[in-house]
Amino acid sequence: MTWVNAMVQGVMLGGLYALFATGLSLIFGVMRVVNLAHGVLTILAAFIAFFIVDHTGLNPLVAMAIVVPVMFTIGYVLQRLLINFTLGSGVLPPLLVTFGLAVVIENILLKVFSADSRGLDAGRIENVSIRLTSRLAVGWLPLTIFLVAVVLLVAMQLFFDRTTFGRALRATSDDAEAAQLMAIDNRHVYAVAMGLALGIAGVAGVFVGVRTTFGPLEGPVLLIFAFEAVIIGGLGSLWGTLVGGVILGVAQTLGAQLAPGWFQLSGHLVFLAVLAVRPTGLFPRVGAV
Amino acid sequence: MPRRVVVERSTFASRWGMAVAIIGVLVLALAPALFLNSVLRTLVQFFYLLALAQMWNLLAGYAGLVSIGQQAYIGIGAYGLLFFADRLGVNLFVSVFLAALVAAVLAIPTAALVFRLRGGYFAIGTWVVAEVYRLLAANTQSLGGGSGVTITAAIGIDRTVREYVTYWIALGLAIASVLIVYYLLRTRLGLALRAVRDREMAAPTLGIHVLRAKVQVYVLASTICGLTGAVIYLSLLRLQPDATFSVNWTVFMIFAVVIGGIGTISGPIVGTIVYFLLQQYLADLGPIYLIILGAVAILVMVQAPRGLWGLVLDRWNIRFFPVQLRVRVKEDPSAASGPNETTEPERVRGRSVDG
Repeated sequence: MTWVNAMVQGVMLGGLYALFATGLSLIFGVMRVVNLAHGVLTILAAFIAFFIVDHTGLNPLVAMAIVVPVMFTIGYVLQRLLINFTLGSGVLPPLLVTFGLAVVIENILLKVFSADSRGLDAGRIENVSIRLTSRLAVGWLPLTIFLVAVVLLVAMQLFFDRTTFGRALRATSDDAEAAQLMAIDNRHVYAVAMGLALGIAGVAGVFVGVRTTFGPLEGPVLLIFAFEAVIIGGLGSLWGTLVGGVILGVAQTLGAQLAPGWFQLSGHLVFLAVLAVRPTGLFPRVGAV
Repeated sequence: MPRRVVVERSTFASRWGMAVAIIGVLVLALAPALFLNSVLRTLVQFFYLLALAQMWNLLAGYAGLVSIGQQAYIGIGAYGLLFFADRLGVNLFVSVFLAALVAAVLAIPTAALVFRLRGGYFAIGTWVVAEVYRLLAANTQSLGGGSGVTITAAIGIDRTVREYVTYWIALGLAIASVLIVYYLLRTRLGLALRAVRDREMAAPTLGIHVLRAKVQVYVLASTICGLTGAVIYLSLLRLQPDATFSVNWTVFMIFAVVIGGIGTISGPIVGTIVYFLLQQYLADLGPIYLIILGAVAILVMVQAPRGLWGLVLDRWNIRFFPVQLRVRVKEDPSAASGPNETTEPERVRGRSVDG
C-alpha cells in the first residue's frame, strides 16, 4: 500500500510540475527561446508571496491574487525591455541573457532574503485529507494543486484556440514575419506571452511555497523539473506536459521509496530513458504552442 | 608599378605576440623559483580557469553548443583522480591524465543522449546529466557519499614537490588549451565548424557532417574539462559532490567567455583576467559580486555581443591568433615601399572569427 500511496502522491506532484513546465513550454512555443531564468522566477514569485504574507497576514492562497498580476507585469516588462532585444540573431543571445538574468535574480534574492529556507502557511487546507481506503489518503492541498493545474491547462487551450489574441500567438509562433504583415505587433505578443508564462509561474511559486519550503538557490531544480516534464511529454504539447509532469512526479516518489537519496535521481533517470528511447517525447506536436 | 599577391595567415601582432608569449611562458615556467607558494597557488587558479574558459568558448563560440553541464567533467576528473590515486594506488600525477581519459570515455555516451536535444534544451539537458553524475557520486558511499572525501595519496608526497608539479601541469594545461583551440581552428574540422556556425543549413552541401563535427568538439572539450577537474582537485584535494559538480564552474565559464568575447581565442583570455581581477577585489561582497558580474554579462550580450575583445578588434584590428588566410598585395621589393595594404577579401566576411 505504501507503493500505491507513493504513486498517488507522485501523480499529485505531477500537477505542480505541469505548472512549472507550462510557462517554459509556452515561451519556447511562441518565440523559440528557452528561458533559463524560469526556475528562479518561480522562486521569485514564492518570495513575493512570502513578502505579502509577512506584511499583511493574508493567507498565501489569497495573496496569489496579487502575486499573479505582479508576475505578469514583471514578465511583460522584462520581455519589452530586455529579452526582445536578444531575439533574431541565433540561439546564443537569448540563452546567455536569460542565464545571466537567472544568476542576477538568484543573488538578489540571496542578498535580500538570505539563504534560509522559507515556507508559506496556508492554514487548515494543509492538514486535511480525503480518505480513499483505510490506509490511503489524498491531501486536500496536493489535490487542489493538481486540479488547478488541470483547470489552467484547459483555460490555456481555450485561450489559444478560441480568442483573437490566442490566434495572434499561434500566428506569431508559426511565422513571426508573416504575422507582422497582418498588423500583429510581435514585440507586444511576445511580452504578453512572457507575462502569461510568469503569471502561471506565479501560481506555481505560491503552491511550491505552501507545499514545501523554498530558498533562493532552488531555481535550477525547478527549471530542470519543468524541462524534464516538457521533454517527457513531448515538445509543444500542452496535455503532454501534464502527462510528462505526472510521469516525472511518480518516478520521483517511487524512487524515494527505494532509497531516500533517489528522489531526484530516479526522475532524472526516467527522463534520460525517455530521451534515449523516444527523443521526441511521448506526445510530440513539434512546432505548435 | 609591379605588384605581387601574397597569401598569408600570420599578422604583425601574431608574430610579435608569439615572441612575447614565448618569453612570458619561459618566465612562468621558472616561477616556482621566483615566487612564494601563495603566488603559485593563485597562478594555478588562473591557469585552470583559463583552460575552462577556452574549452567553453570552443563549444559555444565555435560549435554553437551551449552546455551548462561542463561541471560534470570537472567532477568526473576529480573523482577519477581520487579513484586512480587513492583506490588503485597509481602515481598521483599519472592519475591526473588517467582521469582525463575517464572523462573522454564518459563523454561519448553522454553525447549520444544530449545531442538528441537542440539549442536551449540541449543546454538544460547537459545540466541534467551533470546532476545525475553529482547524485551518483553523492549516493556512492565508497566515493565518500554526500559529505565528500579527501585525496589521501597526496600525503605521501613532499608538499613542495606536489605544489611545483601541480603548478607546471596547470601551466601546461593553460597553454595547451589555447594552442589546441588555435590549432583545431586551422584544421579541416575548424573550417567545418565555422561553416556550420555561419550557416548550419548550408554546411552539409559542402560535404560537412555537422553532427559528427559537433560531437568531436564536445568530446574534446569535455576531455580537457576532465583534465582540468583533476588539476583543480590536485591543488584543492578535498572533494565534495555539491562543490565538485557545482554549476558555478559553468557560470564562471559563461561569464568569462561572454564578457571577454565569444568566438575569439583572445576573448576568453581577456575574460578570465577580468573575472580573476574582479574576484580578487570583489569576492568579499558575496552575492553583490555575482549580481554585478551577471549584469555586466547581460549588458555585454545585448550591447556588444562580441565582448571586450570584439571592441578591441573593431578599433585596432589586432589579431594575436589569426585563423583565416588573407590576401595581401605587396609592392615589388625593387619598387618603392607601401607594403601594409590589405585588400578587401579579408574584410568580406563581416564577422571576425579569430583574434
